[in-house]
Parts: sequence; C-alpha cells; structure tokens
Amino acid sequence: MNIKKYLKVYKKFLHTSLASELEYKTNILIDLITAIFSLIGSIFLLSIFFQNNDSIGGWEFEQALIIQGIYTILNGITNTWFNPNLTEIVKHIREGTLDFVLLKPIDSQFFISFKKITPSGFLEIMLGFCLLLYCIRINQININLSFLTLSLITIICSICILYSLWFFISTTTIWFVKTWNATEVLRSFLYIGRFPLNSFSFSLRIFFSIFIPIAFITTIPSEVFLGISQLWKILLEVIVSTVFLFTSRKFWLYALKFYSSASS
Amino acid sequence: MMSNLINSKILTLLKVQYSNMLEYRVEIALWAISGIIPFFMLNIWTNNNLNESISISEIMLSRYFLCAFFVRQFSVVWVVFSFEEDSLMGKVSPYLIQPLNPFFRYFAQHLAEQITRFPFAVIIAFFFFIFNPESIWIPNLGILFLSIISIFLSFLIQFLIQSIVACLCFWTEKASAVERLLFIPTLFLSGLLAPVVSFPQYVKSWVYLTPFPYLIDFPANLLSGNATNIRGGFIMQILWILLLFPLFKKIWSAGTKKYTAMGS
Repeated sequence: MNIKKYLKVYKKFLHTSLASELEYKTNILIDLITAIFSLIGSIFLLSIFFQNNDSIGGWEFEQALIIQGIYTILNGITNTWFNPNLTEIVKHIREGTLDFVLLKPIDSQFFISFKKITPSGFLEIMLGFCLLLYCIRINQININLSFLTLSLITIICSICILYSLWFFISTTTIWFVKTWNATEVLRSFLYIGRFPLNSFSFSLRIFFSIFIPIAFITTIPSEVFLGISQLWKILLEVIVSTVFLFTSRKFWLYALKFYSSASS
Repeated sequence: MMSNLINSKILTLLKVQYSNMLEYRVEIALWAISGIIPFFMLNIWTNNNLNESISISEIMLSRYFLCAFFVRQFSVVWVVFSFEEDSLMGKVSPYLIQPLNPFFRYFAQHLAEQITRFPFAVIIAFFFFIFNPESIWIPNLGILFLSIISIFLSFLIQFLIQSIVACLCFWTEKASAVERLLFIPTLFLSGLLAPVVSFPQYVKSWVYLTPFPYLIDFPANLLSGNATNIRGGFIMQILWILLLFPLFKKIWSAGTKKYTAMGS
C-alpha cells in the first residue's frame, strides 16, 4: 500500500524532472560528450601509470580497467541522482524552502533524495557497463549465477555507501548553512576510487577504508569480478553499507530537530 | 587623471570583494581542501616507484606536485558559474548600465578570493612538509618572482577562456555545460594529475601547442625547480593571452548586442 504510493510519486518525479531537463537539449548533448572524454581521459591517465610497469599495487592494466568501469557506473549514478538532488538541500536550507518539503505528507528524505534526475548521467552508466563487459572478455571471467549475484550485491552495497556519504555531507548544511563546497571535497576524495586501493601507501589505505570507505566502494566489487575476493570482505561490505544507510537516516532525523526555518 | 580613476575603481572593487570573501572563510577553506588531489597522485607515483621510469627523483616529484597544488589554488576560475547565475537571475542588466565592464567585477572577485585562500593553502603546505620533511626547499627570489608571474598568466588564460564560454550565456542561458566539457582536457592535460613529461610521445608531440600544459605544468615546474623551457613557456602563455583577448572582446560586443533583459 505504502510502497505503491511511493512508486506512484516517484513516477511523477521522473516525469516532471525529465520534462524540465529535456528543455536543455544541447546541454544534454554536451554532457554526453563530456562523459565520453572523461572516460578516455581516465584510461589515458591509467595508461601513463602502466607505461613502464606491469602492475600497480598488484593490479595489472586489464584488471585496473575493471575498477575504472565500476567507478564510471557509480559516477554516472552520482551524476544522475545524488548530485542534482543532494546539492539541492543546501538551497532548500538557505532559502527556507525546506519547510515546504517537511510539510508534505511524504517522507522528507525520500522527497529530497529522488526529486530530480539528470538524464545525461545515463550514458556514463552505460559506458561503464560496456567497459565492464569488455573487461569480462579480456580477463576471461566466466559468468555464472554466483558471480552475478555476488557482483550485484557488492555493487548495490557500494551505491548505498555512496548515497549515505553524499546524504551525510549534505545534511550537515542544516548547521553550517553555507557549505556548498563540502560536496566538492567529497567529490575530490571519491576521485581516488578510480585506482586500486593497494597502490596507495599504508596510512592512506587505512584512511580510505575507515574514514571515507572508498575501499569498499570500488575495490571490493572489482575483486569480486576477478574472483579473488574473500567472503569476509563481502560480508563486511554488506555490514558497512547497512550501518551507513542506517546512520545517515538517523542523522537526518536528528538534524531536523535543529532545523529552524530561514529568518528564525 | 584617467589612470587614477581606473586605479581607484580597481582598488575599491578589490576591497569590497575582499571583505565579501572574508565572510565565506569556511567555504574557501573547503575549496582549498578539495584541491588536494595532486597529493594523492603523488602517493600513487612514489608508492609504486613510477617516477623511476621518467627519471625524476622522488623529492623533485613531491615538490612538483606541491607546486601543482599551489598553482591550481591560485588559478582556479569559476566566472562561468557566477555569470550564468547572474544572467539567469537578471542581475546582468544593472551591471551593463554601469560604466565598468562586469567582468572587472568578477576579476576582482577572483583576486580577492585568492588572497583569502592564501593562508589555507599555506597551512596545507605546512602539513605536507611535516609528512615530507626531506622535500623542503626555498626557491631563489628570481625564480619565485617568475613563477608568480607565470601563475598569474595561467590564471589570466583560464579567466579569458571561461569568460568567452560565459559570454555564450547570451545565446544559450546555460553555458556551464561547455565549461564542464573544457574542464576534462584541463584536468588530464594540464599536469595536475601527472607531469606532462610522463605523457607518451604521441601526446607530447602536440600537447605543447595547446594552452593546457601552461596552466599548471609550466608554472609548477618553474617553481619546483624541475627542468623546463622558461622562455618558451612564457612566450606561449603570452601568445595564448594575445589570441584569447581579442576573441573575448569580439564575443562580448556581439553578446551585449544580442542581449535582451528578461521579460522583454
């Protein structure tokens, strides 16, 4: 009953935001070209690293491409859903329009997280999938049911962690109001997700597993693809993503208690 | 008389914008933090001994990336985003009546922001030196002077390119997509993520003709004391400015003729 209602509302969200985004057709076209160039650029950078080396942090070029593929998919998802919606929280709080969101007979987190959609991110997701398919071929990975389920589980967990991180950072604006750039900081840290975690020094590896779990976001799914991931890592990722989702939800509810509308 | 007037105008603008920027300290600090990608890149380079293949010692490479960070900090340009917002909000019309090209206003904004940003960048550099004490060095005054000029020229090039893109707002209203597209080559070819010397030959053969290596790679090499063609670099920077400035003037006068205020 309830889920039906939310699905219905989401359909309306999709419809309205697609309609408004498609007004800017050249924009979408330019964004598509940007996505393609961005992927070419990252592969170019990776190829510089592998110019005179066979492996970086134990990853060969063909294997590192998998990380790139997964990063591209996740980046596409970020650009399609997280970025347009969660940067909007800042605007809501600055202009006091969060009141209208809170008054609606619908969960405020749902409304804020899914209201908008940027269609140009779809191409990035597709590009990522193509790259992954290519990687499956060159790395001679055999596809079977357990491989598919495990990779699906880990990627979904990555998306959940990523979402929680974005949501977490955006929520802090309730206190700081003017942190437009906090998401920029997150973005630049996430950039590291393009490279295997083992290629960093020990201290950075610790930092990127505990504070900003980039390790979980791209490296573990890639290891699952290569069939070299241990079961405990996958379990850990599931646990971490649940904890993240749960905490970000609690944090949002907690932060709302401190929300006082603009000018009050 | 005339030059006095311009001087006082510029000084007033700078003062106003500086006090304005001081209001946004947290935001600017976050901006400074979001620029630390070069340090992560350095970590990948040295941790995997990739620098041996391009025959740059670890210390010189760490200085290079520190300088790249600094150059980036003082040549970041966001005029497209300001201008796009102003033109969408209809703020451009009052600016146009004033006896001062609105881009002077943005120019002063950028300079003021750089002054505000300076202490934060120094703090980040300080931490960098704590972790890498062996890479401390003091460039001699002449080199320091030349590098400051080259960083300013790099800033000018980027400011002109972005102003040209910003003028597209007169036609399309949303010009930031074009800027995002242009940011991709800036990111990958400017030397922010990998020094241009490390690029494969088929890229190196043409990349020095584009403006990109002169945005970060050239000033960073100059400041860090790595090998670079000083005279050639300056000539190319000035050539690009001489090329871009008339282009900007042309597109500006064409754009203001095309401009109609919102609602007309």
